[in-house]
Amino acid sequence: MRGSSASGRYDGLLFAGFAIATLLAPLLLAPFGAGYPDLLQRFAIYGIFAIGFNILFGLTGYLSFGHAAFLGVGSYAAVWMFKLLSMNVIPAILLAVLAAGLFSLLVGFVSLRRSGIYFSILTLAFAQMSYNLAYSVLTPITNGETGLKVELSDPRIFGGPAGGGLPVPEIFGVDMHTTTDVALFGFNLQLNVGFYVCAAFLIAAFYLSMRIFRSPFGMTLKAIKSNQNRLNYTGINTRPYALTAFVISGMYAGLAGGLLACTDPLAGAERMQWTASGEVVLMTILGGAGTLFGPVLGAIVIKYAENIFSSFNKAEISSFYSFLPDGLRDAMTSMTAAFVGDGWQLTLGVLFMLAVIFLPGGLMEGLRRLAFWRRPGGEPEETAARRPAE
Amino acid sequence: MAKLIMNRRGLLKGGVAAGAGLAAPSFFVRPSWAQTENYLNAPTGGTVTLGFNVPQTGPYADEGADELRAYQLAVEHLNGEGDGGMLNTFSSKELQGNGVNGKKVVFVTGDTQTKSDAARASAKRMIEKDGAIMITGGSSSGVAVAVQGLCQEMGVIFMAGLTHSNDTTGKDKKANGFRHFFDAYMSAAALAPVLKEEYGTDRRAYHLTADYTWGWTQEESIAAATEALGWETVAKVRTPLGAADYSQYLTPVINSGADVLVLNHYGRDMVNSLSQAVQFGMKSKQVNGKNFEIIVPLYSELMAQGAGEAVKGILGSANWDWKLDNAGTAAFTKSFGQKYGFPPSQAAQTCYVQALLYADAAQRAGTFNPCGIVEALEGFEFDGLGNGPTLYRAADHQCFKSVLVVRGKENPENQYDLLEIVKVVPAEQVTYSPDNPMFAGGNLGTCNPGA
Repeated sequence: MRGSSASGRYDGLLFAGFAIATLLAPLLLAPFGAGYPDLLQRFAIYGIFAIGFNILFGLTGYLSFGHAAFLGVGSYAAVWMFKLLSMNVIPAILLAVLAAGLFSLLVGFVSLRRSGIYFSILTLAFAQMSYNLAYSVLTPITNGETGLKVELSDPRIFGGPAGGGLPVPEIFGVDMHTTTDVALFGFNLQLNVGFYVCAAFLIAAFYLSMRIFRSPFGMTLKAIKSNQNRLNYTGINTRPYALTAFVISGMYAGLAGGLLACTDPLAGAERMQWTASGEVVLMTILGGAGTLFGPVLGAIVIKYAENIFSSFNKAEISSFYSFLPDGLRDAMTSMTAAFVGDGWQLTLGVLFMLAVIFLPGGLMEGLRRLAFWRRPGGEPEETAARRPAE
Repeated sequence: MAKLIMNRRGLLKGGVAAGAGLAAPSFFVRPSWAQTENYLNAPTGGTVTLGFNVPQTGPYADEGADELRAYQLAVEHLNGEGDGGMLNTFSSKELQGNGVNGKKVVFVTGDTQTKSDAARASAKRMIEKDGAIMITGGSSSGVAVAVQGLCQEMGVIFMAGLTHSNDTTGKDKKANGFRHFFDAYMSAAALAPVLKEEYGTDRRAYHLTADYTWGWTQEESIAAATEALGWETVAKVRTPLGAADYSQYLTPVINSGADVLVLNHYGRDMVNSLSQAVQFGMKSKQVNGKNFEIIVPLYSELMAQGAGEAVKGILGSANWDWKLDNAGTAAFTKSFGQKYGFPPSQAAQTCYVQALLYADAAQRAGTFNPCGIVEALEGFEFDGLGNGPTLYRAADHQCFKSVLVVRGKENPENQYDLLEIVKVVPAEQVTYSPDNPMFAGGNLGTCNPGA
């Protein structure tokens, strides 16, 4: 571990870099075809989700397979706020975080009586239960498979429907949809209000996570991961700490769910399905569990694959290989086509496998190795050893 | 050790290069963003972009693949490639096979995964990034309702694909959304007279229903229509979506005294529940002195292929079938068959027709402005697209046309000849008033051009 002054400087730099990169995301990601508002919003929102998940999994080692349930609860809470109170996003987000926090308190209180695989199974069971409830008996609240939406007939207290169309979420009078186009470096940048709201929350979420990582509370959580028994023997009751971490990460998920509803006021039950819970686990592990920035990176990679790789069709690939002779071109096209379009999950699977086999620390480990590979004589392990001990 | 690092380095480099390579096409084909006309994604260059949002993964991937084939065929025909298909038989002669409004038609695709969230994300991607002027496709009512709402909010036209719930053009109808496919009410209205003829008026029906919007509206529609015949509804049991084992739901049917089983299931659910019902011996049973019967209100060729032997003799309804005897059907089946080697499904037909109808409306309106399209499509009467004379009703943006009652064939000649057409029910018999209680509670609102 680093000494406090060095760590403070490093953290300050990391945070400043993160904040700047987030705010410049429409520019930085435009060359990759990912600079459009919906995907940028998703990067930020799932980044928050993964950061929150990492507080639980990365620090305490408790692997929750049910975090999507909190995301779903947050979404439903936010949409209800739109339906009943006002289209302003702030009360919606507050209720989303609160509702997810309460629900995670309940789930955490029960699930944390067990650890390891039993904990994972319990959380999975809770999430699957929520998913099925949302589909069946809770239909009056969740609107079943169709999903909960803003309707023309909603009894909203502040501000009824505007004109003949559906009202859209806004922040103090500015529509979340509002996009300003700016031409810069040959790219048309789409600066979107919804994205910058999400980005502000992402930066705040990152800062909070950083403070938790560096705090004594964070140390205790890391101790739970490395040896819970020893902590218990020294007289520390670990469960309140783990439960706090669980609730914090549940509230992060609720925030993400609330933001999802703010950028697109629809909440569907499939948001709580086990595959959605698995996705955040993949994001965290792919990016690097226990690192500050890793989960955000993982979220970006997975959402990029889902939204961009899936959009390539054969015609596009074929035109990409247009410089090749016909026979080779067809061969390359059909080979590549297996990995994009409807095969995007295959690409993701291969990527995940490669990361787990060759980079157990996730993409962050890959970046670290790259950084040290450029410096002569620098193996990461040695550098770590040179750092002052805590 | 050093060697291993070299490999990893190479791997990383290769990975980065591959990633950049994969990203490159999307970078080079970036559309122009300048908006000269006052609506979202107004096409400025020589092309106009349509967005095809179909399930490419998940339980309805088969339907999605067939929809995409149909869309590709439609684009070819609109641009004057291939034999022109149904453009030759279409009653409106505005489209000349030189694109739409002088612009070449290009398309982008997205994967709905049959999930509302994913479908909306891919639709948004096509609208925001690729500049799609219209979104079409889908194979589930939940997704159709969700994407239709999104298109209304963002201000593009939505041409629904395969969606059979009353809600799509009922309580969830939107000004920017249009549906060519038939709905659950029409299925019930078409089936009822045939059921009366075949099974009589003294029957006891037991419903097993997929537990979501489409299942509920179909159950409601079929129960209402059969009760009007004098049938008694013994029970309506909801089954979870995607259940693999229906024995716990089928056992009570046998002891309930019911003599008809109505399966309000679709896709893989229908294949499973029907196969298991047949395995329970329900087709050869005698109850109340009558033969026990099974009804599947919404049929599709793909489902019949999945269920195999079990569909023989089972009645149901369909929007269209490639064996129909009219010029449009023949032209479409021919060009689809020539390109892909097998006949199109009803999902393919409805999507192909939707693409053509959109293009025709844009041509007639002389603009891609959603409000112009809405005006051109509302109250539009046409023929020659395989379903006979059809009306796009202005009040709810639903197509009214004849509906097919079909039955599983006893002796199919090949794997595409599994259904026989029992009756073509004319449009008048399946038409309902826009304020029918099963469709009440919605409001089209006003068209939204998005800018």
